[in-house]
Amino acid sequence: MAVTGTNWTCYDSSTMTSREIYGRTLAELAKSDPRVVALTGDLEKSTALNLFGKEFPERLFNVGIAEQNLFGAAAGMAKSGLIPFASTFAIFACLRAGEQIRTDIAYQNVPVKIIATHAGISFGHAGTTHHCTEDFAIMRAIPNMTVICPADGIETSMAVRACMEIDGPVYMRIGRGFEPPCYEDEDHEFTIGRANVMRDGKDLTIITCGIGVLQSLNAAVTLAEEGIDVRVVNMHTIKPLDREAVIAAARDTGKILTVEEHNVLGGLGDAVASVLAEEGIGIQFKKHGLQDVFSAIGYAEDLYAYYGLDANGIADEARRMMGIEPNDDDDWEDE
Amino acid sequence: MPITPDEKKELQRIAKELRLTVIDVMAWAGGAHVGGSLSCLDLLTALYFKYLKIDPEDPDWDERDWFILSKGHAAASYIPVLSKRGYFPQEELRTFNHFGSPFAMHPDSNKVVGCDVSAGSLGHGLPIAFGLGLGFKYQGKPNKVVCLMGDGECCEGSIWEAAMSIAHYGLTNVIPIVDRNMLMIDATTEEEIGLEPFADKWRAFGFEPLEIDGHDFDAITAALDTAWNAAEKPVVIIARTVKGKGVDFMENQLAYHYAAGDSEMCEKAKASIEAMYKEVE
Repeated sequence: MAVTGTNWTCYDSSTMTSREIYGRTLAELAKSDPRVVALTGDLEKSTALNLFGKEFPERLFNVGIAEQNLFGAAAGMAKSGLIPFASTFAIFACLRAGEQIRTDIAYQNVPVKIIATHAGISFGHAGTTHHCTEDFAIMRAIPNMTVICPADGIETSMAVRACMEIDGPVYMRIGRGFEPPCYEDEDHEFTIGRANVMRDGKDLTIITCGIGVLQSLNAAVTLAEEGIDVRVVNMHTIKPLDREAVIAAARDTGKILTVEEHNVLGGLGDAVASVLAEEGIGIQFKKHGLQDVFSAIGYAEDLYAYYGLDANGIADEARRMMGIEPNDDDDWEDE
Repeated sequence: MPITPDEKKELQRIAKELRLTVIDVMAWAGGAHVGGSLSCLDLLTALYFKYLKIDPEDPDWDERDWFILSKGHAAASYIPVLSKRGYFPQEELRTFNHFGSPFAMHPDSNKVVGCDVSAGSLGHGLPIAFGLGLGFKYQGKPNKVVCLMGDGECCEGSIWEAAMSIAHYGLTNVIPIVDRNMLMIDATTEEEIGLEPFADKWRAFGFEPLEIDGHDFDAITAALDTAWNAAEKPVVIIARTVKGKGVDFMENQLAYHYAAGDSEMCEKAKASIEAMYKEVE
């Protein structure tokens, strides 16, 4: 499993976290584009920007634990002619520095690339203070902002390169980075705003992003054994949303289940629902994710199981939509 | 180099004209942050008519100096300054605040020619100035970045985050100026949330603070000369000013943080401005 398209194909992506891949991809980009610089607030190691810093120490700027300053400064650096990649944990970017992102970066439409790590509930044991299940809702509502959530490290690498083509701000959420990969290589298209159908099916479509992609694919394998034929759509770009992919899924399968590591209010599910409503498409539809609750504390894997964001939980949701009540098993400990 | 008496006279002449325009803008706009617009007006005049390397014919000139009005509510003086400097005709100021106008209570870089940064949500300007200064230094560019803040604005933590960073990175190309008019919306700064010892705070953050009379062009230009040539340590200019400066009934009055005026009040205000400059002349 090698990441191609970069000069470090020797690295086995399965041994690298998404953020490690981000750090290395950025270093590759910086070699060919002198405008690329990176900014962080005391999280060089946690965001893997230290891997960029190792190659370009003079192009990595640490502003200390000061997120408002971090994103204001990123706007200023962009205005001075550079393309800053600004990284911190998703929660600090979206909420601590939300106004700087909205007013300094997005309103002025400057090319700051916000690569937010530890999004969703991926930093489970850090506790709810360090989870971020609101970022899609916040970032979607900001004009000029492109919102991306790659499925794994390989897609992160492709997305980081692709966001250079956007002459404006980008918000990209990646997890803590220990998620298993779902792509084997870069032998597929990655176009911002165009969803990838990972698996075709005729009974039901799961539209998902991030960690949901691999888990949904695994669920689809199980469901296939039960005779349920599931399409899995990797909606890696939350905004602009690929409306055609939603319309096609509704037309071809008649049932849509959205799966997201996010509050079901304001996220991917609502974005998909809007398309359906605006197109006048009435089909069976369900939003799966955190049901407007603050996340619990626990290791990420346990939280994914608890919230039904693992393959088992997703399969159960799909079964319900197919009219099959899943086996009664309230004990999630065995997941 | 100290300014000549003629230069000083010229700056005063411009400032007087601008003060009168601020009153017009207050009328045209249906209200304005007149107090804080008048307190920083002499600072803006010195910057735009003597120091900033800019070209109104080429607003996006690569080598220009940058200016950020972090206390964006002073648009009622900043926008007339840009107009007088030649970015757009003064006639356009009549649209202020009206539907479709580029000019509002806070300046908008997407809409106002010559305005480098949209600001006004307080505490945003200095972090942006820091990023600009860092970007210019990294690219080996000579551009200066001046950031004018209000004193009340310095309650915002982001100002101090940026101050720490500017000093840490040794960015002498960034010049913060504080319009120390002592008044916020609800009370004096010292009654509401004390800022003093203000200069000591900046000193402790790694700056060389210059405390000056923000209405005295000799003092303003001397401080800007020092700031422009700073090589070791960044300089912060703490300009002691009077909120509402030039209009006797507005000076140091909380009521004139934001005000609207009818024609009678505007005439009175203009007469007061004329009277103040008569003494100077």
